[in-house]
Amino acid sequence: MTILGQIALGLGLLLATWGAVVGTIGGIRGRPELIDSARRAVFALFAVIGVAALSLLVALLTRDFNVEYVWSYTSRQLPTVYTISAFWAGQAGSLLFWTLILTGFAAAAMWLTSSRYERLMPYVGAVTCAVALFFIAAMLFSANPFDRLPFTPADGNGLNPQLQNPGMAIHPPMLYLGYVSITIPFAFAVAALMSRQMDAGWVHAIRKWTLLSWVFLSVGITLGMWWAYVELGWGGYWAWDPVENASFLPWLTMTAFLHSVMIQEKRGMLKKWNIVLVMLSFLLSIFGTFITRSGVISSVHSFTQSNLGYFFLVFLVVACVFLAWLLWSRLPGLESEGHLESMVSREASFLFNNLLLVGMAFVILWGTLFPIISELIQGVQVTVGPPFFNRVTTPIGLGLLALTGIGPLIAWRKASTSNLRRQFTVPVGVALVVATILIVLQFREFYAGVAWILAAFVTVAILQEFWRGVGARHRLHGESYALALARLFGRNRRRYGGYVVHLGIVAYFVGFTGMAFRTDLQVALAPGETATLASPFGYEYTFTHMGISRFKALNRYVTAATVDVRRDGKRVAVIRSEKRQHFSCRVAVSPCPQGSESASFQPSTEAGIHSDYREDIYVVFAGIAEDTEEAIYRFTLNPLVWWVWFGGGVLLVGGVIVMWPGGGPSRRAPRRTIAGYAAKLVDEREKVTA
Amino acid sequence: MSPRAKFLLGAGVVVLTVGFLMAEGIKDTGVYFLTPSELAARVAGDSTMYDVGIRIGGNVANGSIDRHVASLTLKFEVTDGAVSYPVVYVGIVPDTFTEDVEVVVEGRLTRDGTIRATNVLAKCGSRYEAVPEGSQAST
Repeated sequence: MTILGQIALGLGLLLATWGAVVGTIGGIRGRPELIDSARRAVFALFAVIGVAALSLLVALLTRDFNVEYVWSYTSRQLPTVYTISAFWAGQAGSLLFWTLILTGFAAAAMWLTSSRYERLMPYVGAVTCAVALFFIAAMLFSANPFDRLPFTPADGNGLNPQLQNPGMAIHPPMLYLGYVSITIPFAFAVAALMSRQMDAGWVHAIRKWTLLSWVFLSVGITLGMWWAYVELGWGGYWAWDPVENASFLPWLTMTAFLHSVMIQEKRGMLKKWNIVLVMLSFLLSIFGTFITRSGVISSVHSFTQSNLGYFFLVFLVVACVFLAWLLWSRLPGLESEGHLESMVSREASFLFNNLLLVGMAFVILWGTLFPIISELIQGVQVTVGPPFFNRVTTPIGLGLLALTGIGPLIAWRKASTSNLRRQFTVPVGVALVVATILIVLQFREFYAGVAWILAAFVTVAILQEFWRGVGARHRLHGESYALALARLFGRNRRRYGGYVVHLGIVAYFVGFTGMAFRTDLQVALAPGETATLASPFGYEYTFTHMGISRFKALNRYVTAATVDVRRDGKRVAVIRSEKRQHFSCRVAVSPCPQGSESASFQPSTEAGIHSDYREDIYVVFAGIAEDTEEAIYRFTLNPLVWWVWFGGGVLLVGGVIVMWPGGGPSRRAPRRTIAGYAAKLVDEREKVTA
Repeated sequence: MSPRAKFLLGAGVVVLTVGFLMAEGIKDTGVYFLTPSELAARVAGDSTMYDVGIRIGGNVANGSIDRHVASLTLKFEVTDGAVSYPVVYVGIVPDTFTEDVEVVVEGRLTRDGTIRATNVLAKCGSRYEAVPEGSQAST
């Protein structure tokens, strides 16, 4: 099967080259037969990469340990689901996975994009082919998933136990989907410049693509946080590790783009800025992959060091130079049609939102690269860690949270005093009430307090929008409130789905504040002994060590320690935390017979977690005192963590509402205009009566 | 003042604030990332290297690990082959921490030449490069 995969990759290399060259020439010369050929090259490329992916999958599932990649990441004892996820567990496989998604998205973009944008399409095909070409070349010349060993081992090396987790099985694909799908908006931006079709067309064409990649990135990052939280055992979900930062950077620039693009649509402003943001997002997504794979910055996530880093570096440099030239040569066509009319306007609030998002990206990039920067300047590596990032990004994040509430409330162009009064009275009032309560309670955590005040402000502002929208429909059409709410979503998915996303973001912030209140305790307990820990909510938790059990499960030996947890004397949970020793098998039989196991990897820890919306009880079993039943524990109370995952769910729902197919601007334009006009009339009427 | 000028003014304030926060943050929280040899060289010429935050990257010296489980105390030596420093750490270390593994030790160097660690990060460098058993025999 690997022969087939090799051939497919080779064909892919040729097809991608063809698509990139012919698409560009076809676009410049306007030759229909070349354009058509490039289009078909994109589809064919997807097909051959699909064949390559299938052959790797077959090699994994048949456990063909003669294939180095299969040997490296699977074993006979590995459950099937993790055998499949081993596809993206290693360097070479994840490159193939990346290429598969990229060519799939490229084919979908060629297939689905309306014929109105046909002048853009040859370049879109060419750009995606060029990016795919780079990844295929990286595989063929540096990390080939189909390389074979000179002999066939009896069993594989096995998958790193920390990757044997449902979160890890779906987190990388989600993140890759997000990273890779940025290529499509990027390709449209480049196509707009190349074809000199620099009106709002490309912006409309990529609306859903942008949102899609943003939602994938958000979900991917959140799943990564969840994986780190349940699997790594240090009790947190974000460590400002270079690889985490690398995934966050394109998210920030994409978030900025999602907002600033609305200004371009409404007012014809920020054309250059938007193109720069898309380019930046793409470059940052490649940069993120580069950081993960090159070992240039030390990180616990890094893949093995290899010459693959040079491929990425060269690609990044070439791309930067090309994009700078392209942008420079097309600047005259990107003049702004409108200008900022007032500081009290939605445009201004979006501009500040962009400034803060990009500023935050810059801070994080700077902090991540600081070891390299300081080595270049001072000759010695200086590193900055979580204290630096928390200190600088917290105020920026709070500024963004405030703008999340302000932006949607404030009018375009120039907000009138009556608009401000009507929109802000209630949300600001509620925020002031919350602030007063916190002051009366003599609340000490400044940033957490500010975050809660702002969270109240934003939540009320959004609910007020829903309330007004539903009320207007109820009065105008006589609809029941439930129906009015459903129709409200249906008629203006982008706006109201966007509000739901904002509510999700508020929940994230509420979750983040919990980290200011975490408490923990490291203690050695003999069976029956008890430790106590006071929670910031005023409860007293008691932990009683109940004993240790040892057993064999699937592909591992387990030593489990169990604690009985009581809150103010009442039992809330019995939590088990495990030490796992994974093994591989010396004989080619499954399940592995007694006595043939050989330990593989170091032991791994499985934290025990009891979660509710107030606080998580997080138990780590760190070891046993020699020859006793005495267990070493770390107990942690993590307040409000639940809200982070809840926020992720809300964000996903909001994103799906906005992206739900149908109701696009093209097909239903007339109806939407009427509905929009009606809503505007109601709005006007209310203003008059108010 | 035109709205544009007002915006630029506001943006300038934001940029300066963020820049100030960054500079202060790096000054207050930035720590040297050194190998044991580099640390030894610096300490020899500069006594202010004691009792400030540092990060040391190296390997755990073979046979140097001394754990006292009940008090959660761990002692080991971090080395780069030429110079090694004793490390004392109280707390739970990651699963990947064993002999010979690559570690990053965060903490400070005390006057008696011991590193008091506040955090120990371990990286399993061999995970992705392990040589299959028996490959030597067959090649």
